[in-house]
Amino acid sequence: MNTSDLDGRRVGLYAVLFGLVAFYLLPLEIGLVTSLKTDPLASLPFAPPAAGSFTLEEWGRAFTALKSGLVNSLLLAVPATILSAGLGSMAAYGLTTLQWRGQVGVFTLFIAGIFIPYQAVLLPVSRFWATYAPLEEWLAVLWLLPGLEAYHGELLSLIITHVAYGIPICTLLFRTYYKELSGEMVEAAKLDGATAYTIYRRVILPLSVPMFAVTLIYQFTQIWNDLLFALVIMGPGDGAPVTVGLTNIGSSLTNLGFGVKMAGAFIAALPTMVVYVLFGEQFAEGVAS
Amino acid sequence: MIDRIHEAVRARGESEGDGDARTDGGTATVADDDAGSFFGSVSRDFLGSLPFWLPPFALMGFFVYGAIGWNFALSLVNVQQFNQPNYSQLDFDQYLRAFGDPSFISAAQNTAVLLVAFTLACLVVGLLVAILVDRHVRFENTFRTIYLLPMSLSFVVTAQFWLWLYNFDNGLVNVVTQALGLGRYKWISNPELALGAVVFALIWQFSGYAMVVYLAGLRAIPDEHYEAARVDGASTLKMYWRVIVPQLKGATISASVVLMVFALKAFDFLYALAGGFFPPKGTDILSTMMVRQAFSAGNRSYAAAIGIMLFLLAIAIVAPYLTYQYRRGEL
Repeated sequence: MNTSDLDGRRVGLYAVLFGLVAFYLLPLEIGLVTSLKTDPLASLPFAPPAAGSFTLEEWGRAFTALKSGLVNSLLLAVPATILSAGLGSMAAYGLTTLQWRGQVGVFTLFIAGIFIPYQAVLLPVSRFWATYAPLEEWLAVLWLLPGLEAYHGELLSLIITHVAYGIPICTLLFRTYYKELSGEMVEAAKLDGATAYTIYRRVILPLSVPMFAVTLIYQFTQIWNDLLFALVIMGPGDGAPVTVGLTNIGSSLTNLGFGVKMAGAFIAALPTMVVYVLFGEQFAEGVAS
Repeated sequence: MIDRIHEAVRARGESEGDGDARTDGGTATVADDDAGSFFGSVSRDFLGSLPFWLPPFALMGFFVYGAIGWNFALSLVNVQQFNQPNYSQLDFDQYLRAFGDPSFISAAQNTAVLLVAFTLACLVVGLLVAILVDRHVRFENTFRTIYLLPMSLSFVVTAQFWLWLYNFDNGLVNVVTQALGLGRYKWISNPELALGAVVFALIWQFSGYAMVVYLAGLRAIPDEHYEAARVDGASTLKMYWRVIVPQLKGATISASVVLMVFALKAFDFLYALAGGFFPPKGTDILSTMMVRQAFSAGNRSYAAAIGIMLFLLAIAIVAPYLTYQYRRGEL
């Protein structure tokens, strides 16, 4: 193999890699330029808007339509993410660092929970919140407080639902991590007579910071992106998160409103995109395990 | 739930005889005998661990296993709309109904096609891209980050992008096919093309995931294996096929399980594509059919039965995987 042959191969390799960049990014580029055009049908889809046809109007319209959804998504995703990561870490600690026989069995029940199709639980879950635990009614007195509305009760049900179904994956992520932690510090703390709680707070939690980053990013993306639970548990009411709002923007199978659809898609995706660009490494680690 | 815990505790107590010699992790002030007097001779480590895993377990168990049980009960009766189910008469009628229902059969077929085509294509694309990225390229992290980006987006978002890409008049896909002299197609509204179009869009979104998993697998293979194959004079292609790919078995298995589970969850994408409970003709899968039957048609028991069948399908995919992981000591 001589050098020019090698160089040729290298050039080919990079050409393919950049071709793939185009493949993965082109849909986003097209979406972006389309959202800025007055008439998306007038020019090639990937061409930037011509001088006379540039507009920010679609972004304005999309933002007005999705504003309340963005707030709701934030109110939903932030607490649900933190709670599921915290509970996952606790469960993993109780099933990994503290060792007892039979824990693999319990852990398997956690893991199986990652893979269940939500269609198998939708009817009971929606029924449970609607009939057996109507938080909106139970907490009625709360909605009199300034800043709180009745639909926050529905958001609370959605938060609890997401936490419950997020616990399995969080537990798995933390357990994989805790298995690799050195047992020496835990043993030393035990010899000092530390309780399980002290060991968790003083030894395990401080060591968990990198894994919390991974889990929080993964869970935030999952919960922010979800449509199914939001649709079934709350429907398109005042409390609907941004994904529900986005499905109602523009009309689906006609040519109308592609500009506003694209702008809306970007607005709805912006938080997860920002998180991804800032913490891509952690996201990759989260999905790879 | 509580019963199961008592059972677990009892089982634990019985098997305690040959007890392990681990030191106590929890309540160091309580003597072993104290802990044992109530629960048999349960180790204090077990008791100490309860406050940590039991609350998450109870919450998760109620919503996962409790709900599946409830859903199963619902599938054994016949309840429409918001009527109260009558649990005195239980039968499998809803399951029989499914197998006589042409729309169920076609949804099941579409689900199978989606599962197999999407998973295989993602694995192949992901493996090829991973091999390319693994060849010590510059800006490797940037390439990887870009290829994985679509996966961080919501199904609802990517559905909007692909609706536009597949647009008949000015979508990129038709611009390309026309430039190649193949003409234009109604990718979404033609029932014969729609499922393929959906699979392609999902491959765009998730092949990056397969790449990341394979990349981790490739990194775990020691350099000597490449060297040894090269010394033997194997061509690059042969080396990968004979030496490297067989060592990626673990990565292939875990990636395919996760991809299949994603495919079962493709509901969000199809709902967003159509903007409602009726996905484009030719793309109805079991997950969309279940939600439509439950929340639009009001056939709750029928929907519950479809949900249970989806659950069994997921179990059939995941159980062998979990057994495999368990045998390798990775649980």
